[in-house]
Amino acid sequence: MSVAHTSPRPARPDWTWHLGVIAFAALWWLVYRQLIPLSEWLVGLMPVDRHSHTGEAIAFFLYDVPKVMMLLTLIVFAMGVVRSFFSPEKTRAVLSGKREGVGNVLAAGLGVLTPFCSCSAVPLFIGFVSAGVPLGVTFSFLIAAPMVNEVALVLLFGLVGWKVAVTYLVLGLGIAVVAGFVIGKLRLEGWLQDWVRDIHSGANTQELAEGERPTMTDRYRLGIAAVREIFAKVWLWIILGIGTGALIHGYVPQDLMVRIMGADAWWSVPAAVLMGVPMYTNAAGVIPIVEALLGKAAALGTVLAFMMSVIALSLPEMIILRQVLTLRLIAVFIGVVASGILAVGFLFNLIF
Amino acid sequence: MKTVKVYGPGCKRCDTTEAMVRDAAAKLGIAIDVEKVTDPRAIAMAGVMSTPGISVDGKLVHAGGLPDAAKLETWLTA
Repeated sequence: MSVAHTSPRPARPDWTWHLGVIAFAALWWLVYRQLIPLSEWLVGLMPVDRHSHTGEAIAFFLYDVPKVMMLLTLIVFAMGVVRSFFSPEKTRAVLSGKREGVGNVLAAGLGVLTPFCSCSAVPLFIGFVSAGVPLGVTFSFLIAAPMVNEVALVLLFGLVGWKVAVTYLVLGLGIAVVAGFVIGKLRLEGWLQDWVRDIHSGANTQELAEGERPTMTDRYRLGIAAVREIFAKVWLWIILGIGTGALIHGYVPQDLMVRIMGADAWWSVPAAVLMGVPMYTNAAGVIPIVEALLGKAAALGTVLAFMMSVIALSLPEMIILRQVLTLRLIAVFIGVVASGILAVGFLFNLIF
Repeated sequence: MKTVKVYGPGCKRCDTTEAMVRDAAAKLGIAIDVEKVTDPRAIAMAGVMSTPGISVDGKLVHAGGLPDAAKLETWLTA
């Protein structure tokens, strides 16, 4: 009988992990700073003119792909470690019985920090509502969790700049808070599916037995697991997305983009939101396109609205939520969130 | 015989978890009855908020993410 598979790896003490993480961060920083010379050197090796369309496109691709991959590794690892301090159970305990207003703000913030996967949206929804978390507060959580995610923020930061990334973070949270608040004020508890209403508070009293406290090593391992999982999901999208971005960067004429997505066309914002709903891709697939569009002077508000709509209003998630919400409630949900995104789009086009 | 329930609506990780449970039991030589719970209502009623979740003989032992292989064995032998 082979035991090699089961015997746990010899436990290394926490401090070796701390050292490893610090060493990795230092190495990361050294490599990251060399990315521009490295990519220019690679382009220089190719038999193309650096200033031709092809040269521009290749340089864009060779610099952006490693940059985005490195930023993602760092941030996803950090978020994995941070998220190990949060859980849906703890979040529910914090939110249950909270008043609207304060509750919406807390829920949106915790939506960013709590580990969440859209495949468990339904059990989470029921778990929250049955434990006395107000409906509007639950929605604030469910809107913020997918929309304000570290992949979207990293890509915005890496490809567009920190100002747009921060703006996205603030407005994404803002939409989650306000939309949840509005849904709460509408008093739509009656529009849940019947069986959800029948699960009364305390119907499931079973709590997950508290295991022993995870060590820092456990948390680092969770961070590494998060990096693996995200990369398995998004690497292809990033390469495809940046590839498309590179083509637009090199080839699409500027005035065509301005005419379609410039700030002058008032209808461009609603059109962007509408286009975004049926599109379902994770943030990774859409953001490189976003960056290239912005580079070609498409209006910032229109592009942000498109992005938020793609990420926050996805058809597959609506289909999952249909199990607990009536169609009327889903329609209100889409209407309220879409209005928020529209407002953001118009506001941005006005300001910038 | 232990009854093990794996809670998950059918995402990839939930299937992996079920396979891990079966493998662990086979390796330990324990006869178990594995039931996959996919109904979101039943999942919620069991108190699972993040999937995949695992219960052994009605006691919830795990929720959210793939279980740790070593811990999985201790749950099955407990």
